[in-house]
Amino acid sequence: MSGVIARVNGPVVEAERLPGLSMGEIVTLGPARITAETIAIDGDSAVLQAYEYTGGLAAGDAAEPEGEQLSGLLGPGLLGNAFDGLLRPLSGAPQWLRPDRPGSTQDPAILDRRWRFVPSATQGTQVEAGEVLGTVPDSGAVEHRVLVPPGVSGALEWIAADGETAARDAIARIAGREVRLAEPWPLRRPRPFAERLADVLPLHTGQRVLDLLYPVAAGTAAAIPGGFGTGKTMTLQQIAKWSDADVIVYVGCGERGNEMADVLTSLAELTDRHGGRLIDRTVIVANTSNMPMMAREASIYTGVVIAEYYRDMGHDAVVIADSTSRWAEALREFANRNGDLPAEEGYPASLASALAAFYERAARVRTLGGQTAAVTVIGAVSPPGGDMTEPVTTNTERFVRALWLLDRDLAYARHYPAVSWHGSFARDVDEIARWHATNDDPDWADRRARAIGTLAEADRLAGLAEVIGSSALPGRERMILLGGRLLQEGVLTQNALGAADASSSAEKSAALLGFALDTIDECQRLVAAGVAAATLEQWDFSPLLRAREEFGPDDAAGIAGRRDAFLAELGTAS
Amino acid sequence: MSEETHTPDAGTAPDAAATSQDAPLLTGAAVAHRDLRSVRGPLVVVGDAAGVGWDEFARISVGDGAERHGLVLEVNRDLATVQVLEGTAGLTPGGVEVRFDGQPLQVPVGDGWLGRICNGRGAPLDGGPEVTGERFAPVAGWPLNPVFREPPDEPVLTGVSVIDGLMTLVRGQKLPIFSAAGLPHLELATQIAAQASSQGRPFRVVFAAMGLTHPDIAFVRDRLEDRSAAGELVLLLNAADDPVIERILTPRIALTIAEDLAYEGGQDVLVIMSDMTSYAEALREVSAARKEIPARRGYPGYLYSDLATLYERCGRVRGRDGSVTVLPVLTMPGGDITHPVPDLTGYITEGQIVLSAEVEARGVYPPVDVLSSLSRLMRSGTGAGRTREDHRDVAAQVIAALARARSAAELSELIGESALGETDREFIEFRDAVERGLFAQRDDERRDLNDTLGRAWRALAVLPKRELTMIPREFVDRYLPKPDTTDGAADIPDGAEG
Repeated sequence: MSGVIARVNGPVVEAERLPGLSMGEIVTLGPARITAETIAIDGDSAVLQAYEYTGGLAAGDAAEPEGEQLSGLLGPGLLGNAFDGLLRPLSGAPQWLRPDRPGSTQDPAILDRRWRFVPSATQGTQVEAGEVLGTVPDSGAVEHRVLVPPGVSGALEWIAADGETAARDAIARIAGREVRLAEPWPLRRPRPFAERLADVLPLHTGQRVLDLLYPVAAGTAAAIPGGFGTGKTMTLQQIAKWSDADVIVYVGCGERGNEMADVLTSLAELTDRHGGRLIDRTVIVANTSNMPMMAREASIYTGVVIAEYYRDMGHDAVVIADSTSRWAEALREFANRNGDLPAEEGYPASLASALAAFYERAARVRTLGGQTAAVTVIGAVSPPGGDMTEPVTTNTERFVRALWLLDRDLAYARHYPAVSWHGSFARDVDEIARWHATNDDPDWADRRARAIGTLAEADRLAGLAEVIGSSALPGRERMILLGGRLLQEGVLTQNALGAADASSSAEKSAALLGFALDTIDECQRLVAAGVAAATLEQWDFSPLLRAREEFGPDDAAGIAGRRDAFLAELGTAS
Repeated sequence: MSEETHTPDAGTAPDAAATSQDAPLLTGAAVAHRDLRSVRGPLVVVGDAAGVGWDEFARISVGDGAERHGLVLEVNRDLATVQVLEGTAGLTPGGVEVRFDGQPLQVPVGDGWLGRICNGRGAPLDGGPEVTGERFAPVAGWPLNPVFREPPDEPVLTGVSVIDGLMTLVRGQKLPIFSAAGLPHLELATQIAAQASSQGRPFRVVFAAMGLTHPDIAFVRDRLEDRSAAGELVLLLNAADDPVIERILTPRIALTIAEDLAYEGGQDVLVIMSDMTSYAEALREVSAARKEIPARRGYPGYLYSDLATLYERCGRVRGRDGSVTVLPVLTMPGGDITHPVPDLTGYITEGQIVLSAEVEARGVYPPVDVLSSLSRLMRSGTGAGRTREDHRDVAAQVIAALARARSAAELSELIGESALGETDREFIEFRDAVERGLFAQRDDERRDLNDTLGRAWRALAVLPKRELTMIPREFVDRYLPKPDTTDGAADIPDGAEG
């Protein structure tokens, strides 16, 4: 049974004679069998959003309901590969992406690949949803566990023996239901878990300004708003490379193709501390700005579902979405074409709730299988014109636990990452300080307070100095100005390309910040003892400023040694 | 209309590129539609058009024998809404015949375009025959699979010091020039077009002019005469008094030609698109005629997606030789960088070159505002093995020092130069040295990279050595001119690449 197309306006297609259609159901359109999703139903006609370019589609062409929701195939083979917003593999796709590609659940590149399945559950026992049935070796950097799917439980009537199998082969039968190596999952449906956990522990990102000043807790959400040229993408890529999660899902949503190519290439070249390739712990979802817009809208959900899939296996995952503004624009474009009444700046009235629902997918949970694992969500926001009062930015701020605001002036001065200490926040900072206190770093909160205090004071004084000249300030205040500069250049700036500086262990970050704070204290002591402020301002601080690039990511001891020698030398100033 | 509106692509017939080879470019399908229901702005609604596909190309014959062209923006049962490239003036319901191509617009591609001068729709202006080609391609192409992209990592040297030195253009990059009315952006764009090279590889320029005045067009033709005579240039010219809606097609044709020259012909192609603000205005006009809900400043909500379908056609493809580098030029209305066109462009492109009236007032050509400008891909296209080992560090240091000089200069205006500290005075001195010695050059002057970097080092030599914290010590020792020599170039060792 097939309906007919009545109207085509870009990705918005109206079709008639489709009785019994359900919301969200997939409909294929025209001779090219373009995938479209049902977004409104009126009697037996429906509004559909097409996930491909609809050129050539005409009124009168066929519209065939598929009887299922937009689904992607979750199984081994995700890690280390790139997919589009509908979870169709890009690695096996042709050079030019034409509309007539098979869907995620029908792609031969996925269906034909063979994997070794190693059973671990025992035939004849009772199994519950989330329990491990077996593992697939050689599927990325983390152990791929095949679980009893959500909603399935009962007697394990049969389980495959150790051996080769394909994605859609059955590997077990539970109470009459066959479980396959890879199972389709509706991309918009969150995967269930047992309960949310309340305890807080930090996600180590390897970026000093974040780990030292604005830490994010694992299983919470953070956002990075920043105008163009402020280094959003670079910062996100650094987090993707160096944060200590097990699995990274990098969603390039409406962003640059060259950047995706760069992510793919550089991740393949980089290795983590254990010698594994970074790409092997990463899933890339790439829906670049020139790819069909509506698949961009889906790509965000696709990314989170992949992260939840690994979370359910017991792995900590981080979803990085660059950029949520492009996703919001896709929502707006479709709403406008559909004739919905606009709310702020043409965005649909549901924008805030859509953003909230997305960021709430971040959670640290006890999984159905009883494991503890987290999904952390980090979203970039691209405010038009750098306007921080626009709807996507303001609504995002309400729903995230950490906000890393990028500052254009810092970026212009090539202070990267350009995370500003005005307006950024970390709402879990007290709990994270407690975690550090019980994990060998009792001074963490104190150092953070001193650093933030110095930076704020230095900014206030810089404003004053612009009016009266810094030489008119008392020595103590000139040292605070100097201290602000030392913190910025020696600690908070980080060279993403520097072999030693690209990532920083918690110990190195702590040592470096300690070095800078001790230096500032020593300068204050010297000024109080009568040393001229100008002498100290012209002192060669390069041993401090170069330390971040001259000591390796784990070399806290080296920095401590440098600090002792430098302070001894500085102490001789007169 | 959306990103896809102008993305003619054989949705229903993936092999249309092949089948159209034997079809002449300008023949339409046989059925003539005469039932014109309404005419509004650039749009006409054609009745009794069941079976016409979305985004098909249409040919409209007016009574006087002239032909106009259009694109299908919407099909609704038996109605098709068509935007007319040449405008609707003079169209009368009843006196018009509309023929649909049965597929989105395709153009011939190949070397036949080189050396040609055409209008914004690709029809010859140079008195020559219609451009023909062995192959046809849909004017918006298909999205390039990101997995097939080769990350750009080789420089395109322009011979312009401030660009080569501090914001190096990279093969396959998209880097716009943000300018304002009255600033010499066309001088700079044509200087780049005339001088750019990719280290001995075949280099081609496709120049798409949209809404330029006739004196500007004459200037462009004059400046690029050598390239044109050498058969290295394609000019597509839509003047300020040419049909506005035609501009929507011009950059797409330019990019389609460029993609073929690059990926089939193995050539490095630089596509210059000027002025993107005029392009966006054409888009806004169509959107307004359709009564669409506007986003910022009356521009349609899909402006980002639409610009992205143009800019994203730059790049390199794995296993192919050529590259497409895109250099859009846009004038920021009122010099406002937060205006939607520069703003959205900046979000898509890989950096920006910003021209500033303030720098121009100091008598510097090209008047680049270095602190607002950036080439994001510079890091991968420069350094040892690409340009010179010290290139990246020198650039970072010059920019950081300029940032410090700017705040020192602001301070100096408030409290007087005499109240400044010694270091602040040295930074201001550095700014003058770098503007005069490195940034300023003639608009026909081509500098090699060693010359450029030598000039940067001589400017840095004005600063105390302890301030050069962004350059590794070994480079400082190797390249910094000694205080007793005035000619820094003498310190650059032989054999340095450039």
